Amino acid sequence: MRPILLSGHERALTQVKYNPDGDIIFSVSKDHVVCAWYSHNGERLGTYHGHQGALWTVDVDPTSTLLATGGADNTMRLWEVKTGRLLKTWDFPTSIKRVEFSADGRQLLGVTERRSGHTGSIVVYEINPDVDAPQSDEHVLRIICEDSKATVAGFSYLAQYIIAGHEDGSVSQYDAKSGELLYNTQVHEADMQITDLQWAPDRTYFITASKDKSAKILAADSLEVFKTYQTDTPLNSAAITPVKDYVILGGGQAAMDVTTTSARQGKFEARFWHKIFAEEIGRVRGHFGPLNYVAVHPQGTGYCSGGEDGYVRVHHFDKPYFDFMYEVEREQAQAKAQASL
Amino acid sequence: MATAYENLPMEDDEFDESQVDFTDIEEQYQVRLDEGLDAFVVVDGLPVVPEDSKGKLVKFILRKLNTVGRVKDDGVHMPVGEDGKTEGYAFVEYNAPSEAIAAAKQLHLTALDKKHTMLVNKLTDIDRYGREGRIEEEYTPPQIEPFQQNEHLRSWLGDPEGRDQMVMFRGEKVGVFWNNKEDAPEPVVDRENWTESFVQWSPQGTFLCSIHAQGVQLWGGKQWNRQKRFAHPGVNLVDFSPGENYFTTWSHRPLQVDENHPVPTLSLEEDGKNYIIWDIATGKPLRSFATLDVPTSTDAEGNPVKKKMQWPTFKWSADDKYVARMTQGQSISVYELPRMNLLDKTSVKIEGVMDFEWAPATPKRDGVKTYEQLFCYWTPELGSNPAKVGLMSIPSKEIVRTRNLFNVSDAKLHWQSEAAYVCVKVDRHSKSKKSMATNLEIFRVKEKGVPVEVVDSIKDTVINFAWEPKGNRFVLITTGEIPAQSAVPPKTAVSFFAPEKIKGGGVGNFRHIRTADKKNSNAIYWSPKGRFVVVATLQSQQSFDLDFWDLSFEKPKDDAEKGEKELHANLQLMATADHYGVSDIEWDPSGRYVATVASAFRHHMENGYHLYDFKGTLLREEAIDRFKQLIWRPRPATLLSKEEQAEIRKNLRNYSKAFDEQDTAKKNTADKAVIESRRRLLEEWNAWRESMRLMLEEEGAEIELNDGKVLRDVDGEVEEIEEIVEEIIEESEEVIS
Repeated sequence: MRPILLSGHERALTQVKYNPDGDIIFSVSKDHVVCAWYSHNGERLGTYHGHQGALWTVDVDPTSTLLATGGADNTMRLWEVKTGRLLKTWDFPTSIKRVEFSADGRQLLGVTERRSGHTGSIVVYEINPDVDAPQSDEHVLRIICEDSKATVAGFSYLAQYIIAGHEDGSVSQYDAKSGELLYNTQVHEADMQITDLQWAPDRTYFITASKDKSAKILAADSLEVFKTYQTDTPLNSAAITPVKDYVILGGGQAAMDVTTTSARQGKFEARFWHKIFAEEIGRVRGHFGPLNYVAVHPQGTGYCSGGEDGYVRVHHFDKPYFDFMYEVEREQAQAKAQASL
Repeated sequence: MATAYENLPMEDDEFDESQVDFTDIEEQYQVRLDEGLDAFVVVDGLPVVPEDSKGKLVKFILRKLNTVGRVKDDGVHMPVGEDGKTEGYAFVEYNAPSEAIAAAKQLHLTALDKKHTMLVNKLTDIDRYGREGRIEEEYTPPQIEPFQQNEHLRSWLGDPEGRDQMVMFRGEKVGVFWNNKEDAPEPVVDRENWTESFVQWSPQGTFLCSIHAQGVQLWGGKQWNRQKRFAHPGVNLVDFSPGENYFTTWSHRPLQVDENHPVPTLSLEEDGKNYIIWDIATGKPLRSFATLDVPTSTDAEGNPVKKKMQWPTFKWSADDKYVARMTQGQSISVYELPRMNLLDKTSVKIEGVMDFEWAPATPKRDGVKTYEQLFCYWTPELGSNPAKVGLMSIPSKEIVRTRNLFNVSDAKLHWQSEAAYVCVKVDRHSKSKKSMATNLEIFRVKEKGVPVEVVDSIKDTVINFAWEPKGNRFVLITTGEIPAQSAVPPKTAVSFFAPEKIKGGGVGNFRHIRTADKKNSNAIYWSPKGRFVVVATLQSQQSFDLDFWDLSFEKPKDDAEKGEKELHANLQLMATADHYGVSDIEWDPSGRYVATVASAFRHHMENGYHLYDFKGTLLREEAIDRFKQLIWRPRPATLLSKEEQAEIRKNLRNYSKAFDEQDTAKKNTADKAVIESRRRLLEEWNAWRESMRLMLEEEGAEIELNDGKVLRDVDGEVEEIEEIVEEIIEESEEVIS
């Protein structure tokens, strides 16, 4: 199917997210506006106004009732998805780089930037799922990142750990109850920022993307690196696809480094790799700036990407995508089919 | 008691310098003062004559001595012994030290008569080496190293699969690899910092040549050991003779060799020189040359035109017997190897000569039985004399053929690989000098009297021309006038030519086969075995296309059109490909594969290489950061006779069957290994996933087990929304009256 081009933003996209049902896409951009779109036809459902600066991040709770956003106006905000009503604003001394709900939607974390005297930190709030109930002002947990600031973070399965990716290319595991640092490991090349961290559906493993041109799959409990996907361009985002065992990587030469106008040289493509065999399968072109984020439909029927070029491209997978199998996969599928007979 | 200065123990004054033996240090740091003796030589081995005849003898030797310089007035001192006879030697003072050096070099060991041979040495040398103890009195025979078996330098030719090797230079690493078609090349050797600027094969593939600030090194053999080292500080370029016997090194900086800057194997003679011609077997320089000043011409506005240096400057004849250099506009100097003496002690004067090229193979002219090498040259119009193209035979220096040409702007000389033809591409301007046209003058070297055929003048400018190797067809690329200040280069046209068929199997006139126009192509790469040719667009910002042509395509019989039979060609475009950023194209020596390279020497976009087979199927592509060079290892000429080669060609079908079997067998085992490893990966992954699932179940993680979807009461009650879309397909209005 032809991709749908969502051209409602005026500046570079920073994050795009599907809701758990996969029928709505939320996008945030440097133009201060949050947009909600129907994923099947690209029609705009609505916008959320209020932020006073560039937006960095968005997340939606598992029931699609609450929306969290964070941006350069040093606020993290909570919205009602249905009406666009602003429910809560948390103020911080620095901007919010990443927000994420826990799997049950009862906790929300925010990653704060490090700037002039303020260390980077990860804050956690209790969330009341009732839209009309007041939300707490006080965080239940605050993790200070002294060595290297966190750039991305998320909750593991059962909100047991908080996993954070750092500016120096390392990944940390914190106890989500006490905030204690359990483990820190240098996963990516030193001083190569981790740009994205996305979870597998069951949150037992996750994928990191880094400026060191590689993406890696790690186990949430042991932080063991299972797979490495080495590309030829700095990566901004990586996503794990359900249904098929693929990962989608997005990136491209950073805008400030692009010296020529050739889209070809920038490598602004979404790259599909086989998750288990770590082999590149295909690429999707279209953006004319680096891909800042790629998100996969929770049912695995499509993906969308937000680019530095200000567009969101929504792709629906065609039949060949689902039919494609490696020989050993086919063998296994056949064995399974036989066993179930 | 406090230790005051006065109370300190006195220094031990009994130390006596004169007791120390400094001779070893003195010897080591001995400074060679300019003793003023540098202009002196000692002449020994002279006849012993009575004092009366001394004047005569002095006069006699002066005649010899003055051939290399000026001996000072009264500069000959010949001591007379007690018996009134000379002692058989003399001290001679020249005007300058350089003349003394020349005398020692050139006059040493010249025969005076049957009995006497003159020995000429520098006085300083005699002082240095002749002093007592400097040279051992007793003769000790030199130690002869026991013979060591060296590695076979051509072992790579014995590959059971007949694969070819290539060298790849990427980043700082240089590696030699076996070509494995679609699979990753198999490394033979891979070294960091093997070269400082680039690598090069010798023309028959025996040596890999690495370039360093200090000089050039040759590597080879199975272990890739260093075979030879040639010191040439600041070397820029290297050029081998076709037989790998000699090579030339060049540096833009003149060499500095003197006693303060000693360079191994180089002597004072090399001082100030740019070129060195080396003997590869001995590792010694044969002769060195300085760069000639190219006469600076001026363009229409009187600005000096910067001339590109011609490389190779020293051009080798096909059999390594001669090497020649042109002094532009004046002469060509032909040197004989291995002595490197000027042939007949004089350069060949050719007034106005602009360019010359040796025949790439030893020519076999009809009716000529004596040994000869040929070169072709051209001269522009000089005054009222027309421009000329000539063929000269060496060593006789006889002009075999000349041809006069008019209105010549430029000419290029293209030899066919077997020296059967030489095509002179003549760019001609009209009388008004406004429009340009190109003529091809083809000299049929092998035919009696060297007839010249002129291919109809081509309206556009020919920008590239190439003969089929070992064949008689050629391809050329033309382009229209370049519009001034246009960013887009003009379109080009690719034309193919072949000779007509004539009775008796000879080669008829060259005829145009076809032209492919509206192209961007600018480069022609023939397969080294002929027949196939790749026409490509290089050094372009916009297009990177590669066209794979076959000139002897076998059509099904009934398809053959009439008229095609007249030509020795049947043209077919087999495939086109596109390699972004392609900068170099390399055919492997067997003509089976083509490698296209996007080199970091040219640009930094998508560096790497593509590998195609001869018919243009992409076998492999690899992007490598800072990829610089890929060069196939050349092969020496085959040892099989013509008959044996024909035999193989006849039985090609049988061979190919065996090869196909080999290929499938190899592929199957390789596939099996890959599949095995994938199966293992999949099993490991599934096992881990299962363990995770069990862990989540144990922990009671419902949401996670439901792939992150929260179970809600409402989940059962799915609300169905019916959407009715009405579309008006057609609307028509009718007025009912």
